[in-house]
Amino acid sequence: MNFTPTEEQRLLGDQVRALCEEHAPPQTLRELITDNAPWRRELWDHMGELGLLGAAIPESCGGVGLGPMELAVINRELGRAVAPVPFFSSCCMAAEAIRFAGTSEQQARWLPDLAAGRRVATFAWAEPSATLTARPLTTSIDGNRIRGAKTPVPDAALASLCVALADRGGKDCLAVVELDQPEVERKPLNGFDQLRHHAAIELRGAQCEVLQAKSGSGPIRALFDEFATLLAFEQVGGAEAALYMARDYTLQRYIFGRPLGSYQAVKHKLADILAALELAHANALCAIETLAMGGRDSRTAAATARIGATGAYETAARENLQLHGGIGFTWEANCHFHYRRARLLALSLGSVEVWSDILIDALAETASPPRAA
Amino acid sequence: MTGAEALPVGERAQDERYREQVRAWLAENAAEYSEPREYSEAELVAHSKAWICRKHQAGYSAIAEPTSAGGAGGTARQAAIFDQEEAHYHTPTFTGVGIGFDMTMAAVKGHGTREQYDRFGTLTHRGDITWCQLFSEPAAGSDLAALRTRAVKDGDNWIVNGQKVWSSWAHHADWGILIARTDPVVPKHNGLTFFLVDMKSPGIEVRPIRQITGKSDFNETFLTDVVIPDANRIGAEGEGWACCMTVLATERNRARSGPADADSPGSVLSLIHRAAATARDGGTALDSRAVRAKLARWYVREQGLANFGRRIDAQEQAGDGLPPTVALVKLVSATLLQETNAFLMDLDEYAGAFSSDEADREDVFFQYLWSSAMRIAGGADEVLLNQLAERALGMPGEMRADKGLPFNELPY
Repeated sequence: MNFTPTEEQRLLGDQVRALCEEHAPPQTLRELITDNAPWRRELWDHMGELGLLGAAIPESCGGVGLGPMELAVINRELGRAVAPVPFFSSCCMAAEAIRFAGTSEQQARWLPDLAAGRRVATFAWAEPSATLTARPLTTSIDGNRIRGAKTPVPDAALASLCVALADRGGKDCLAVVELDQPEVERKPLNGFDQLRHHAAIELRGAQCEVLQAKSGSGPIRALFDEFATLLAFEQVGGAEAALYMARDYTLQRYIFGRPLGSYQAVKHKLADILAALELAHANALCAIETLAMGGRDSRTAAATARIGATGAYETAARENLQLHGGIGFTWEANCHFHYRRARLLALSLGSVEVWSDILIDALAETASPPRAA
Repeated sequence: MTGAEALPVGERAQDERYREQVRAWLAENAAEYSEPREYSEAELVAHSKAWICRKHQAGYSAIAEPTSAGGAGGTARQAAIFDQEEAHYHTPTFTGVGIGFDMTMAAVKGHGTREQYDRFGTLTHRGDITWCQLFSEPAAGSDLAALRTRAVKDGDNWIVNGQKVWSSWAHHADWGILIARTDPVVPKHNGLTFFLVDMKSPGIEVRPIRQITGKSDFNETFLTDVVIPDANRIGAEGEGWACCMTVLATERNRARSGPADADSPGSVLSLIHRAAATARDGGTALDSRAVRAKLARWYVREQGLANFGRRIDAQEQAGDGLPPTVALVKLVSATLLQETNAFLMDLDEYAGAFSSDEADREDVFFQYLWSSAMRIAGGADEVLLNQLAERALGMPGEMRADKGLPFNELPY
């Protein structure tokens, strides 16, 4: 592991950052919220033209054939911009699930459309009032029919395809569901984060196709480790944006004759956030490299990344608003995008409490370390 | 990590041959240190010096330093290989060795003459002498440049008067690195000069300070009309502050190896196993949600430190130097040490505050006490937070009441 991005990865990040600055600046985010719009189509189309949507999809399926590291680089930039595109749902979760658990025939059927951005897909794991790890799942598959309630599901209104986590004969399995069929009902939810729309999906014996290459709780847990790791990069990007927004504001705002940022109470707060961010970023890099190398410790590394990044983003988002003072509470300031997004991401893939259990259980299972006297 | 796999095959093979050679030498010469041993302070100092001497004779002391300065004229990779192999043994060392090999030598190499480096390098790397640091004073800690110890030129000598404090292991040191004020009419940072002082010089009195641990690792050192030859001045008159910065940068860099290895006794993983082995309410302490949340948070921080360390190692190896964020390592690890050792006491409830034959609580007590010193020594938490804010984020420096004022016109 060397935790150092390649020149190509650096350029990729710059490219995504420039796209976001051009097509989804804060003013655009405000307009999207006002219009209750679920995404910025223009940004998505540009990403598609540049091949970003197929970054991790094999070339044989119309993608670019890069790996999770590139998804992470893209996600970090999208997190920084609170970018209004379904990249995490479609490219990180759904496409990766199909790539991971689908047969080559299944991959060839669905991935080219996702790589080109012709279709948007999403991933439905959550069930009403259940945690990430709660079992049994109430959504179940019988033959090629799926029945149950999945909610909340991100970007469900944009998606025409959904990979659903369901129970099949007592085992976890993944199935692809076409959302535009009469046995599927999507009800929009009123979300705390107005820039990533969610819906509740009712599956009433809808037609589905099971992803056959991998099933069972072990392999599917590994997929969630990848999701958590990729999401950590989105959180790290958001935390960076919030920290530097606070830094820039406190440097230019004067109070009692000197910059607000010259007060130790402010400097120390920013330094604490920086420390948390640096550790979270290092943990996320460790997790993505562990994943890329197919390492044994991907579970603990992913949980570590998830917990650290969630904490760093929440703190950065809260203190960024705080350091802006009253202006931070206004619609015109940009603090609220991160303040809301940090909460959504803290919950969108299992809470810190759930991941702490996952982490502690995994560590407790490891052999007892030799104890020196 | 980077390094090995990036090397050409020929060099890798050379490294492996060197490693084999080191292993064989250690097997023969470090056998008596294969298990931890108990020493008195004097024994530890004697063993440490003897061990350096033995390494020196075999070409394993200061491996990457030139032979003219008592080194072995080898490469940094060989030095790293030797360190890795030596780490498998419990070879004797103490604070005075690190102060000499790392901190003193960094200052002498960076600011002194070639003759000075050869002379003191040889004495140090041969194990003849160990060092102490005479920097802090009763009224100059985080604000080190406010120090008052005076050195006055007298022909080819300097006459030094003053009081130093927190000089670790000074009572066992042969030589000290000293910073003193040589010009009181210029602003405080500009009037300082750096010296090497023989601790056996007349006029030096070292008094142990009794610490909260009951031990006396630190001392206060009184200097009364101590004579230092001008030949032992390092750098120019007035260059003392720059020398100090070189030393302190080395000290903080050393603190980088802060977090425990995953399987070491103080690691969070070992805490998890301890909690799982502690009976509570018909189950174990690890069943408690509150306990799990704390352990998870600490583990994430500990791993964050380890991963951050790898990341900046890679940057350093790529020639990018150390980023200013390195200051976070001691900041985070000292508090982690404090919190985790408090937890080890908490685990045993009321009994956790008492020694016991079954549990290694004495070590926990010591670590908990020691962590309080870690949060102060080598840059207090508050100083490090300022550094992070100013150097890594570009925040303004502190407003200084003494800025630009000559030292002798300061109001305190």
